[in-house]
Amino acid sequence: MTEGCLELNYDIPANDFLHAGEASSSVKKMLNQLGVDPDKVKKTAISMYEAEINAVIHADGGAAHIEIWKDKVVIKICDKGPGIPNVELAMQEGYTTAPDHVRDMGFGAGMGLPNMKRYADSLDIDTAVGKGTTVTITVFLK
Amino acid sequence: MKVLEFAEKFGMKVWAGENKLQNDITGVYVCDLLSWVMSHASKGDAWITVHTNLNIAAVALLTEVACVIVPENINVEPETITRAENEGIVILGTDLNSYEICCRAYECGVGK
Ligand SMILES: Nc1ncnc2c1ncn2[C@@H]1O[C@H](COP(=O)(O)OP(=O)(O)OP(=O)(O)O)[C@@H](O)[C@H]1O
Ligand SMILES: [Mg+2]
Repeated sequence: MTEGCLELNYDIPANDFLHAGEASSSVKKMLNQLGVDPDKVKKTAISMYEAEINAVIHADGGAAHIEIWKDKVVIKICDKGPGIPNVELAMQEGYTTAPDHVRDMGFGAGMGLPNMKRYADSLDIDTAVGKGTTVTITVFLK
Repeated sequence: MKVLEFAEKFGMKVWAGENKLQNDITGVYVCDLLSWVMSHASKGDAWITVHTNLNIAAVALLTEVACVIVPENINVEPETITRAENEGIVILGTDLNSYEICCRAYECGVGK
C-alpha cells in the first residue's frame, strides 16, 4: 500500500441483534491480517462494535463503510433512524433509552457512546432528528 | 493457569472452543452488561456471564478474554456455540454460581 486505502462495506441488518457485531469481527480479523498493532486493533474493533450495535438497536440498521489507510482507520456507521435529540445527554455514562427486550440481551448499560469516545482517537456524531445518524470513528495507527 | 486445567479441575463442561483450551486465565471478570464488559474486562480474564445469546461470542472476541464461563447449568444456545466455534472462543459451563466460580479461581491463585 503506497497510496490510497483499502475500503470495506457492510450492511447492518435491522433488528438483527443476534448477528450484530459480525462486521466489527471481520474488520478485526482484517486488521490483524494486515499486521496492525494489537492495541489499535482492539480500540478500533470495540468502537466499531458499539456503533454497529447502536445502529441495530436504536435505528433499524444501516451501513458501515471502513477505510484502512497507512496511518489511520476511518469507520463510518450510517443509519436512517430517529436521530439523537440531545447528543450531550446521550454521551453520558448510564444514559439509555434501550427497551426491555434489548436489555434482556445484555445491552442498555448506556456505555456504548462513552466507550466509543474512550477508544476512538476522534469521534464525530452527525445526527438529525427524524433523518438519521452518522458516527465517524477514527483511530490513528502511528 | 490454563483454561484446560481450570475446566478439568472443577468438572466444567466445554460448550465450545475445545481447541483453544491452552489459553491462559490471568484474571476473572463478572458482569452481564455487555458495554460495561467491553470497557472493563481485560485480556486473559475468565468472563462469567448468565447471557447465552450470540453477542457473548462477539464481546469475548473483542475483549480477548481467555474464556466465557456460564454458571448454574444455564443452557447455551446452539447458534452461540456455532459462532463461538467459528471465532475460536471458549465457552465453559458449570453448576457452580458466579460467586463459587470466583472463590475456586481465587483458591487456584488466579489473578494473584
Ligand atoms: N444510532 C442511533 N440512533 C438513535 N439513537 C441513538 C443512536 N445511538 C445512540 N442513541 C441514543 O443514545 C443513547 C445512548 O447510547 P449508548 O450506546 O451510550 O447506550 P445504549 O446503546 O443505550 O446502551 P449500551 O451501549 O450500553 O448497550 C441510546 O440509548 C439512544 O437513546
Ligand atoms: Mg449502545
